Amino acid sequence: MIVVVGAGPAGIAAALAVQECGKAVTVVDENPSAGGQIWRGDPTHRWVARFRAFNIPLISGVRVVWGYPAARTLVLEDAVGARRLAYDKLVVAVGSPEIFLPFPGWTLPGVFGAGGLQALVKSGLPVRGKNVVVAGTGPLLLAVAASLRKKGANIRLIAEQTPAALLWPFAKQLSGRASKLLQGIGLAWDLAGIPYAPASWVTAAQGDGRLQRIVLNRRGTLVTEDCDYLAVGFGLRPATELAAIMAGPDTIVAGTGDADLSLLEGRIAGYTAAGDLEKARGLEPERDQARTFAASIDRTFAVRDELRQLADSGTIICRCEDVPLGRLEGKTCFRDAKLHTRCGMGACQGRVCGPALEFLFGWHGASPRPPIFPARVGSLLSEG
Amino acid sequence: MFDAIHSFDVILVGAGIVGAACARELADSGLKVAVCHDSDTVGAGATAAGMGHIAVMDDSDAQFALTNYSQSLWWELAGTLPPEAEFAGCGSLWVAADDEEMAEVHRKSEYYSARGVAVDVLDSGGVAKAEPNLRRGLAGGLRLPADAVSYAPAVARKLLTGIQLLRGRVVSATSDGIEFASGESYFAGAVVLATGADLPRLAPELPVRPRKGHLLITDRYPGYLNHQIIELGYLKSAHSEDADSVAFNVQPRVTGQLLIGSSRQLGVDHADIDHAILRRMLARAVEYMPGLASLNGIRAWTGFRASTPDNLPLIGLRPGHRSLYVASGHEGLGISTSLGTAKLLADAMLGRPSAIPREPYDPSRSFNHHA
Repeated sequence: MIVVVGAGPAGIAAALAVQECGKAVTVVDENPSAGGQIWRGDPTHRWVARFRAFNIPLISGVRVVWGYPAARTLVLEDAVGARRLAYDKLVVAVGSPEIFLPFPGWTLPGVFGAGGLQALVKSGLPVRGKNVVVAGTGPLLLAVAASLRKKGANIRLIAEQTPAALLWPFAKQLSGRASKLLQGIGLAWDLAGIPYAPASWVTAAQGDGRLQRIVLNRRGTLVTEDCDYLAVGFGLRPATELAAIMAGPDTIVAGTGDADLSLLEGRIAGYTAAGDLEKARGLEPERDQARTFAASIDRTFAVRDELRQLADSGTIICRCEDVPLGRLEGKTCFRDAKLHTRCGMGACQGRVCGPALEFLFGWHGASPRPPIFPARVGSLLSEG
Repeated sequence: MFDAIHSFDVILVGAGIVGAACARELADSGLKVAVCHDSDTVGAGATAAGMGHIAVMDDSDAQFALTNYSQSLWWELAGTLPPEAEFAGCGSLWVAADDEEMAEVHRKSEYYSARGVAVDVLDSGGVAKAEPNLRRGLAGGLRLPADAVSYAPAVARKLLTGIQLLRGRVVSATSDGIEFASGESYFAGAVVLATGADLPRLAPELPVRPRKGHLLITDRYPGYLNHQIIELGYLKSAHSEDADSVAFNVQPRVTGQLLIGSSRQLGVDHADIDHAILRRMLARAVEYMPGLASLNGIRAWTGFRASTPDNLPLIGLRPGHRSLYVASGHEGLGISTSLGTAKLLADAMLGRPSAIPREPYDPSRSFNHHA
């Protein structure tokens, strides 16, 4: 049995590839239905529809909380219980959470990750008539703004920290890739009339108990903008915890990126898991091209140095343990900060503050310790 | 004595709680002290991996003397500790599962009372009232109100305030100084090895063996526990020489988190989590405190205690050497006994009298009858 963890683009592609090779596959996902963060709200999407059409077994609504690579076993937990799942090969396709970078007020209610707000709105958070600012960097901002607008949000502004001089060459490069171009045109249509401000970023979120306004650095000038929601995104970072804990000869990690790259990575992982290395290798040139494109996006939308200066000594860096930036002064590395300020020691185990600390100080996280997610003690007891 | 540029009265190897406490005591006695360590930060070994209890134990008279002396020093220090040291005088509760263990409660009670340590004997109902989340039907327990817990890395850091740190891997330590792997050397009038379970690397003749332990910490559940709780079978586990063992030990942290232990394994040198023993350890905890099964654990890890054949630390001159001292072998009591260790070591180095006899911890004592 091949087990795929994650039912987003990479996981769906991996499962379909395994099934194409005639091998048994089961997919595990923490959400109630397949599609991942990107397609979950869109059951008619062709990849989601294909996944369903092939009747691939999906264990949904469960988290992989622990695993034993030597015994080729995962521990799955849902709201009420836990069970073990054995595998011969494991494909880790758990996607990429959003990166949060701290600025004063970023923990106020009303401030969301861009992808997070998009997902909440897809699953029912009403935004009709609400004033929303979308800020940060990267193409995801456009997709988020478009989807929020479709749900009736009043998008006040898209603040893109990248300067226009870097955006133009990127747009030209887009035109060389038909699918990207179509995406771009579609988005342009959805976004018509929304102010798009390059070289602009949020310097502070303000409000009495919840978000009421933001302060923007708009090409060098500070302006305030009233809003109900701020969707702020600084890109995605592959989740590495499960892959690290399950590392071994029977674990295959499907890298992630944008949907196109994730699909390719997933197919390659699926063929590899099923033992069809020839098919896997055949996709590598296309995958490499997609990686090159993804790398060019990352370069274009690299976060600028000014954003390192936004947090002040009182700005919370670690939300779980309420550690402000001021307490990290003089710490030499992530472990030093962990042991002596508790930064990164809380329930999220540094998932949120890790990328922020890397951005602010160049620190890299220590190797993850199990469980992969908070797990009930009872879930770790069963022998089965 | 030494005219080299880099010279100190004392160099300590190891910046755990024991090395830090010894450095503080020696510096406060007027010596020029430096501490070497090989980690990202101070207090990063067993000091960070351990539970951080400050307990008085009665396994032997010598263990009692050192833990009791140290605990009084901890309570003196407590008022000066920063909040991040998370010192909490929560007390310990030893729980007895049956009448046989209850007899042990009475024996302990007499032992402690005779030596001036306050204890309360609780019956079955008393234990249930003191810790409502324990399973019903326990025979009783013994409460030691003066026992405490602390977050030891922060204490180590505080104790090392103003003390010079030298970063590097020490490859050789002699009576005259130390040498780092980089080739850099430092001279000192005396050297102290406070390297915990790593002691045999620098002093291979001393009978210290690493004893591996596992711990799991939960999310925050304030008020779930009032005391550190230990099953009376704990000492059996702590001293089993051959088999892997587990014992129920759970501790409330200032954050509201619960720290669940404990396991002991000799002869294992890799730090990976051993799932079978972790499961046994957690099953034991759930046996005593069934509600733990529904609480979220957020992190599990391992660490290595420095164990000795007679379960007593090594404090004093390294046998056959002059000016080369040892402060190691504290097993699961390094945090409890760190402050007392520092006093005894400094007394030995400076020719001062000590508050308790030092002989039981002398590294040159015979271990033969324990072999």
